[in-house]
Order: sequence, then structure tokens, then C-alpha cells
Amino acid sequence: MKKQASFIFSPDQLNYEFSDTHPFNQKRIILTMDLLNELHTIDPDEIVTPRTATDEELLLAHDAKYIEIVKKASKGEVSENIGSIYGIGTEDTPFFTGMHDASALLVGGTLTAIDEVMEGRSRYALNLGGGLHHGFQGKASGFCIYNDSSVAIKYLQKKYGARVLYVDTDAHHGDGVQWTFYDDPDVCTFSIHETGRYLFPGTGNVTERGNGKGYGTSFNFPIDAFTEDESFLHIYRTALREVAEYFKPDVILTQNGADAHYLDPLTHLYSTMKIYEEIPKLAKEIADEYCDGKWIAIGGGGYDIWRVVPRAWSLLWLTMKSIPVPTGRLPQAWLDKYQPESPVTLIETWQDPADLYEPVPRKSDINEKNEQMLTRALHVIRKG
Amino acid sequence: MLVQDIMKTDVITLNSTDTIADAVQLMKEKRIRHIPIVEDGQLKGLVTDRDVKEASPSSISERLEPALYETPLDKIMKTDLLIGHPRDFVEEAALMFYTYEIGCLPIVSNYQLVGILTKTDLLYNYIELTGANQPSSHLQIRVPNKPGILYEVSKVFHDHNSNVLSVLVYPYQDSEEYKILAFRVKRMNPLPIIDDLKAQGFEVLWPGQPEMGV
Ligand SMILES: [Zn+2]
Repeated sequence: MKKQASFIFSPDQLNYEFSDTHPFNQKRIILTMDLLNELHTIDPDEIVTPRTATDEELLLAHDAKYIEIVKKASKGEVSENIGSIYGIGTEDTPFFTGMHDASALLVGGTLTAIDEVMEGRSRYALNLGGGLHHGFQGKASGFCIYNDSSVAIKYLQKKYGARVLYVDTDAHHGDGVQWTFYDDPDVCTFSIHETGRYLFPGTGNVTERGNGKGYGTSFNFPIDAFTEDESFLHIYRTALREVAEYFKPDVILTQNGADAHYLDPLTHLYSTMKIYEEIPKLAKEIADEYCDGKWIAIGGGGYDIWRVVPRAWSLLWLTMKSIPVPTGRLPQAWLDKYQPESPVTLIETWQDPADLYEPVPRKSDINEKNEQMLTRALHVIRKG
Repeated sequence: MLVQDIMKTDVITLNSTDTIADAVQLMKEKRIRHIPIVEDGQLKGLVTDRDVKEASPSSISERLEPALYETPLDKIMKTDLLIGHPRDFVEEAALMFYTYEIGCLPIVSNYQLVGILTKTDLLYNYIELTGANQPSSHLQIRVPNKPGILYEVSKVFHDHNSNVLSVLVYPYQDSEEYKILAFRVKRMNPLPIIDDLKAQGFEVLWPGQPEMGV
């Protein structure tokens, strides 16, 4: 019998660890699972162990030379000078022992999620360990060594001949995935993110629409710093509806970075838990409407691992399982277990407190600017 | 940076005896808008897409009068040309584009055409200079307007082994006592650098200090 949803997980996913002070921290997966377990919402037979991506699979989206360097770096055989040419051994993406295996496992997890859905064992699938959208063909970037999404989309094309809509709601632009498929008319990349005016990676302008035959299959929605829920959701809903209707995908892959929240230390958006209730809800609706339900979701950024990510990612799973968004307090056992360990005071309710931040004085300017951006970004679709 | 570093050297040219038809076809085929006219490697003139349009009352199309279509290019090419040298500074070339509102600059050395520089080349070069085509974070720092300050600030980037892609120095609008330094740095997580800059007394305008006000 077909499962409603598969949860891809193995404790080895936590081996993707640069250092114990690095902002990218996979402990957030454990925090999320514990929270879901307290709600008794993960059935043991929903958990699927990820496989490791083979070299052949990695080669779908990465250079042989680069893979070789990562393998050598895993054993401490690469100097900082050589590493920096490939984007590793830097302060952002430091060397660590076993970095090849750890990265290949995260990619394999996303491939596992894809097979679960495409081979009909499960309606939806979630791999929180994936979402490393900054990885390039021959280069690591922004904490990402291998790009699981790029490999997975190539895999979906090759093995299943699918037309893929990639939806990226991380606060950073999904540059690695976009550039991989910039010329490809059968992959549509959609990224809503904080404007790159100051934020890494700086790209993701509305004018980046794809190239050659791929023109009109890259969509970018750069929103202003300090954008709040209402404007974020308006842009996301309008854009995703119109893009899905225009592109008509066979399958949807969503990257679910949870770093657009007000509390996230690396970005400057002012969203609350509200957007993490709505983002998966619409993704699921779109998948059901256009893709016969085929929806694979992966993780991504998220640097407030205590107050933001566990709640946001739990909502993703609950949505897959069609469990209504919970309200009120988080399970007391979870709070009791993690408050002592957390360097910050946990938020004890599913929804954020109403006074999370001071009102934004430029709110109407920001909303107006976002609205104009939306019109420009959707120009390709609307003119035709 | 010199013009020779960014100019195109495989220049597509025609002879003055070639026709408007040849020019139209070549522009379409190679997606170019300027064709230098040369004899024995020497620059004799320049034909632009606008010259071709002006020569034909209707438009650039196959519907041109056959006679007009066969007009040799020396009848329509511009001969009073601005030229550049490969060893000119890029800034000098940019100033010529700005001053004379031209779209392209033939580059000549020893009386031979050796390259061509277009507005697009210049713009692309500018973008590369700012590092805007590489993944980066952007920081703005307000500093006192005094000698040596750039060194002090950039030392912090050095200490973090950070690859700085570009630095711009702007005047500070409200007071001459300050300047704004804008750094583009190859980092997703600039927080350790920002903390250090602040610890050393520099004022980081962005990111870090939300400018929520107008
Ligand atoms: Zn991110």
C-alpha cells in the first residue's frame, strides 16, 4: 500500500559538520524529529534510510576533477591554496574529515526521496538533510559541497524523463541550481529570496530568466530586506500559482530553507512561523493539481536551530501527512529536554509571539517595491 | 587595466566594395551592430546598424530596393572615426564612450585594426570589476575620512582569510568627515568579520544595523 509520506533519515546525516561553531548545524534534524516524535506523527515504517550517491550520480551535476579534490580533502590531502580554488577549506566551507562521504550521503538522501515518490511507494517524501542549493558544478559555495538538488533533478530527467519545477524558499538565492539548468527548457527554477543587494550570493535578480532555449524557465523573486509575512506570502502565492500554470511540471522539488525568519542571524527578512505554515500547504496543492501529487521536499538553510528550524520543518512534515497546523504550546517534554541545552530562550508555542519585533516603519514602501518586482518578474508569463 | 585586456581581437570586418546586403546579412548572422571596413588591415570606415537603417527608407529587410541593396559600403560608411589604442587605459576609453555617445571604438595600432571595444564589453568588464558575478556578501562601512583607513579596515578581512572581490570608496553624503567603504566579499557568513570590525570601532552600516527607518 502506498504510504502518504516518507521521512528520509539516518543519524549519519549529522556527519555533515564543518565544526561545532559553524552556523550550518544538522542537529536541527534531530530537534525536528524529536518534536515530531513527541506528537507521535512519525510512524517507524515511514522512516527510510538514505543511500549514498554513487560517483556516477554525482557526475550528473559535478566535475570529475572536483569530486576527486573533495575526496582528497576528506583525508586531509589538499592544501588551503588548492582547496580555495574549489571553494573548500575556506571560513565558510572548511575542510573536515570524511567530507566526501558526508556530502554524498546528503545527495543520496534526496535521490532516495525521489525514488520513493517516483516508484510509487509513497505519495510525498521529505529529506531534511538536503537542500544544498549553493553548490556549483566544479566548486563549493556557501556551506554547500555537492548540490543534491542539481544531481536529483538531472536524475529525475534521466531516469524518469520528468519535467521538474524546483521551488526554493530559502532566504538566499538558489544560485547553484539555477545556473545548472539555466539553458534547460525542461527544468523550471523558482526562487524567492532576500534581494542580493547585500545578501549572499548577490544574484537572483528578476532579469535572470534563463538563456537560449531555457529562456523563460528561470524565475526570481528578490524581496526587500525587512519584508514581513503578508508581502512574502502574497508574492509566493501569486508567483507559484502563475509559474506552475505556465510551466505545467510533472513533479515538484521544493527546497525549504528556514532562514527567512526574523530571528535568523544570517539574513534580514522579517517573517514569522506563519510563512512556514503556508509554504508547504501551497506546494502540496500545486503538486496535487499538476503533478498527480508528486512532491519531494528537502531542507536547506536555517541558522536559528533552536527557536525557528524545528517548528518550521515540523510543519513541513505535518503538511505532507495532512495533519492540521498545531496551535498552542509545544510538547512540554521537548521544551524540558532542550531548554537547558539551548543558548537562547525557546519559543514555547507553535505560533510566534505577536510582539516578535518592533513595527517596520518602511513597511508600505517595502510592500510596494515587492509588488512592482512581482510584476516585472512575471512579465514573461503575463505578456503571452 | 588596459584596453588590450578587454577588447575583442577576432574582429568581423568587410571591404568598402562589399554591399549593404553583405552588411545586413553579417549583422544578423553574427548578432553584431558594428562592422569596421578595412583594406589590407587598415581601418577605412565603420558601418553601424543605424547607418544601414538610414540608407534604406523602409527598414532593414529583404524588401529593400534591389539597387539600394547592392550599394557598396563606401557610400554609407562613416570615415571620420574616433579610435583607441590597445595600451589606452580602460577608463580613458570609457570616457570617450561617455563623452561622444558612441557604441563602439575600433582599436588601432601601427595603422592596423587590432581590435574592437563595444559598450557591452565595457559594461561586462565593469560588472566583473565589482565582482557582482561571483557569489558574495556586500558590506558597507562608514569610516573617518583620513589617510590609511582603508588599510586598517582591509586588515580585518585579511585576518579572516577572506577573499575580497571588490572595494568601492564613496563620499559620505551628509558630512565630509566620513567616507563609505563598500566591500564585496566571498563569504556567506560575514558575521565574524562584522563582529571584528565593530570590535575595532568601525561602524558597519550594512548588514548588522537594521536601517528600518526612512
Ligand atoms: Zn539560505
